[in-house]
Amino acid sequence: MIQTVSELTKQIKQNLEEGFQHVSVIGEISNFKPHVSGNWYFNLKDSNALLCCTMWKGFNNYVFFTPQDGIKIIANGKITVYAPRGYYQLDVKSMKPAGLGELQSAFERLKQKLAGEGLFDHQYKKPIPSFPQKIGIVTAVDGAAFKDMINIAERRYPAAELIIAPARVQGSGAAESIVRSLKVLNETDGIDVIIVARGGGSIEDLWAFNEEIVARAIFKSGIPVITGIGHEIDFTIADFTADLRAPTPSAAMELATPDKNEILNLLNDFLISSRHRMNFIHNQFKKRFGKISASYGFKAPMDLVRRKSQIFDNFIYMLFQNMERKLLIKNNKIALLTKSVENHDISKTLKKGFVLVKQDSKFVTRSVYFNPEKSTLLRFYDNDVFIGPNEKR
Amino acid sequence: MSQKKNSTITPNFETDLARLEEISSMLEGDEIGLEEALSLYEEGIELSKKCIGTLKNAELKITELKKQIDTLTSRQDELFEE
Repeated sequence: MIQTVSELTKQIKQNLEEGFQHVSVIGEISNFKPHVSGNWYFNLKDSNALLCCTMWKGFNNYVFFTPQDGIKIIANGKITVYAPRGYYQLDVKSMKPAGLGELQSAFERLKQKLAGEGLFDHQYKKPIPSFPQKIGIVTAVDGAAFKDMINIAERRYPAAELIIAPARVQGSGAAESIVRSLKVLNETDGIDVIIVARGGGSIEDLWAFNEEIVARAIFKSGIPVITGIGHEIDFTIADFTADLRAPTPSAAMELATPDKNEILNLLNDFLISSRHRMNFIHNQFKKRFGKISASYGFKAPMDLVRRKSQIFDNFIYMLFQNMERKLLIKNNKIALLTKSVENHDISKTLKKGFVLVKQDSKFVTRSVYFNPEKSTLLRFYDNDVFIGPNEKR
Repeated sequence: MSQKKNSTITPNFETDLARLEEISSMLEGDEIGLEEALSLYEEGIELSKKCIGTLKNAELKITELKKQIDTLTSRQDELFEE
């Protein structure tokens, strides 16, 4: 019986897929490739065989770690046949490290790789500011670690502002979430220092902080980063790339903040010591002047000054006396003049029947100034009379 | 998480304390005149009282960047480029 390729492949596909619907396989990852679509492509191998694997986005969401080449895992899934290319592969539904040792060796491998690139080098460590105004925090806001950090900030340095960038800190997507939060804080204005924190947990719980993307995001941060992850004994890759590693979240906040009471003590010390110093300086000057003024050389000039000042006082007294007298004379004169002005008031004269003569808005005081060819204004006591120019005779 | 409002401007303790230190060492100098000492002393008192006041009245401000995080989450593509 002759079959077409398609017919044969279809049979193989049926047999294989029916026969391997639920398989568990242990092997070492190689050629791991996360695709932009979110799907993972990799091989599982041991010394004698190799198995192509895929893990779709919807499933690899639940993997708490990002697989690395060389790590030994246990994968669960089913065998599928891809007819167009004629090969079979394992469609992975779930995976876990074959043992804690696997995570440990993944940790060591990444640590060596990043150390080789210089990501842990001391020369890249940024100094932590002493008096931060804005402290960025990357952590889970529902965790105890978060509350601890707030309490410590409140107690030690309430003058600061905490800028929280909430992040998932365990399970799938945690690493990406931490990277996002770091990015957002780096894009926010005025942040002085960033704390990346998570409370204690198992190596799996803390795994996000051993992921390469987190380590690189911390390294890339333009703002100094303090890590406070897990407990005293837990060291993560994130800790190595951070500018400062604190053993716990609380300790991280303590390293990020100055102590309010220490500053207050410092200020009080200044108030006290500067007051003492001022008193001292003041006394020094007092003593110095006391000595000088008590000396003979200074006594005589002081007497001279006193005598001079008496003369001066006399002079001022006389000056005032003089001024007052002069003022009185002037006042009398003004009164006299005022009266004489009143006497010369023109209206009184006009009332008696005299008349003022005006030409070209000037008073005509003498007959020689009178021009009969011009218009004339006669001012009587009660009114003005206007006379036109005379006809030429 | 609530956003606590705080009217006081975050003081720059770094500069203030550095200035106080400076004043302190200037006051300790031997050659200082009375006038100069007095004005430094006054400045120092004012500065330290201001700092003490801000520290004692300070209330921790907490701001959450939830919106910014959400925006970035929706721009997933950027992450894959990293």
